[in-house]
Amino acid sequence: MIMDIPAISPIMIFFASILTSNMILSNFLGMCSFISVSNEYKTASGLGKAVLVVMVLTMAINFAVYHAIILPLDLVYIQYIIFIIIIAATVQILEMAMDRFLPDLYIKLGIFLPLITVNCAILGITLFMVIRNYSFLQAILFAAGSGLGWWLAINALAAIREKMARNKLPRGLAGPGIAFIITGLMALAFVGFSGMFSVQ
Amino acid sequence: MAFLTTVISLSSISLLLSVLIILAEIRLNNYGDCTLDINDNDRVLTVKGGASLLATLSEQGIFIPSACGGKATCGLCKVRVIEGAGPLLPTEEPYLSEQERKEGYRLSCQVKVKQNLKLFIPEDLFNIRAYQTKITQIDQLTHDIKGLRLSLIEPESIRFKAGQYVQLYTRPYGNVKEKVFRAYSMASVPSDSKAIELIVRRVPEGICTTFVHEELKVGDTVQVSGPFGDFYLRGNANNLIFIAGGSGLAPIRSLILDIIEKDLPYQMTFFFGAVTRKDLYYLDYFEDLSNKHSRFHFVPALSSPAAEDSWSGETGLITDVVARHLDTDSDYEAYLCGSPGMINACLNVLNAKGITEDRIFYDKF
Repeated sequence: MIMDIPAISPIMIFFASILTSNMILSNFLGMCSFISVSNEYKTASGLGKAVLVVMVLTMAINFAVYHAIILPLDLVYIQYIIFIIIIAATVQILEMAMDRFLPDLYIKLGIFLPLITVNCAILGITLFMVIRNYSFLQAILFAAGSGLGWWLAINALAAIREKMARNKLPRGLAGPGIAFIITGLMALAFVGFSGMFSVQ
Repeated sequence: MAFLTTVISLSSISLLLSVLIILAEIRLNNYGDCTLDINDNDRVLTVKGGASLLATLSEQGIFIPSACGGKATCGLCKVRVIEGAGPLLPTEEPYLSEQERKEGYRLSCQVKVKQNLKLFIPEDLFNIRAYQTKITQIDQLTHDIKGLRLSLIEPESIRFKAGQYVQLYTRPYGNVKEKVFRAYSMASVPSDSKAIELIVRRVPEGICTTFVHEELKVGDTVQVSGPFGDFYLRGNANNLIFIAGGSGLAPIRSLILDIIEKDLPYQMTFFFGAVTRKDLYYLDYFEDLSNKHSRFHFVPALSSPAAEDSWSGETGLITDVVARHLDTDSDYEAYLCGSPGMINACLNVLNAKGITEDRIFYDKF
């Protein structure tokens, strides 16, 4: 199965994945940590950065593995397993490296870093890369854009949630309930960007 | 064939990743040897870095209490780390008060040993052991107080701070079918580490004191555990006051002898209260000591001396005697050991003399 590389500028992909096809606000991927770790701006921002780094890193590795191993050996039917163990191993090694060299950041991210392993957005971008048959540059910029977009979205949500932390809410809405509503409203707002450019 | 490719490629990818992780672990998770400086150079341990402080210490035979086994859910394994612990982790926050954070307390199960650490562990935590001992001497000090000397068999020596106590375990005897333990302060000096001395006053119906007074003979083996307690010298003032009643002399004796032995520059006054002459003991011993050492003064006092005592020393309640001897200008630190009644009465007097609570240490029994 040979597909053509889409004729979209990597720069376009980069900006589109931040704004118009934001991982959270238009694909709704990586929602679990997005909702649960957005109470505090500081931790949310830390998680956002971690997601960004892991996205770019795993995208690069998965791209190489996809083109060097999965396609030649015709292993497409087990690509999910391969991608996910690669993501898990990368996060594990990254964790050790951070523990060693960036203890501050490591401590700030705490348990969130291992949690990234199971963040759907991370696997999601790899799978998008496969489906859309991106080139390496496109894939990397797509990953970077998606990571930034994810970061932007969780920062925005955390800022809003922090702002309204003391507001009185109907009982059933407090916590995740209102977070979903805010996310929905933010997603609606982001639809406004779709006029700028669209890649899919 | 396709099946074989799947298995082989999946296995080899997993294998490769595992090897990478192991390599990373060896390369990144290896912190080499770190030194743990415990209690200001009291103990310096060289350990392999990388594990949690709790696990590292327990490997070294220092057991920090922990109920959850290192999951940061019990908050018991607090240790004061002065240097090298890194920033406070979110997992520790719920267990540390503002004050504790300021003083450097951490949960030892969360702190990872990555570099040289300076920490403080309460002495009793890494010293508590069970000791097999043999009674080598029993002195009848007064009609109801006995002095015991126990030489240590296993382990052979004990490290403690003057003023601390041990728990003495009884054997079942008479109607008492079970083993009980009671706490007794050590009257001996810490430098006399191969033995400990206890002073036991007979309490009517007391299980352990009766055991000591009736059952124990020279040559018997008994079990003790310790040392425990925070009744030890702080030394924040030039003048130290010691007040003891009855068998409360024990830790005071240890403290005084320890200070004299170490030649610490404190002025010491020891008030020893009893009812009549026959309740006083170690009188000659302490008088001798005060003759030899100009910085030590001994003030025995009887509350109601009997006519035949021909007592020429201080009389009256120990609180009154203490009040007479203290002036309000000097700075004092007070160490009290005796019955709760005596201690509470003394606390009032000392407070009235302007000695604040943080300068008063006591052992009530």
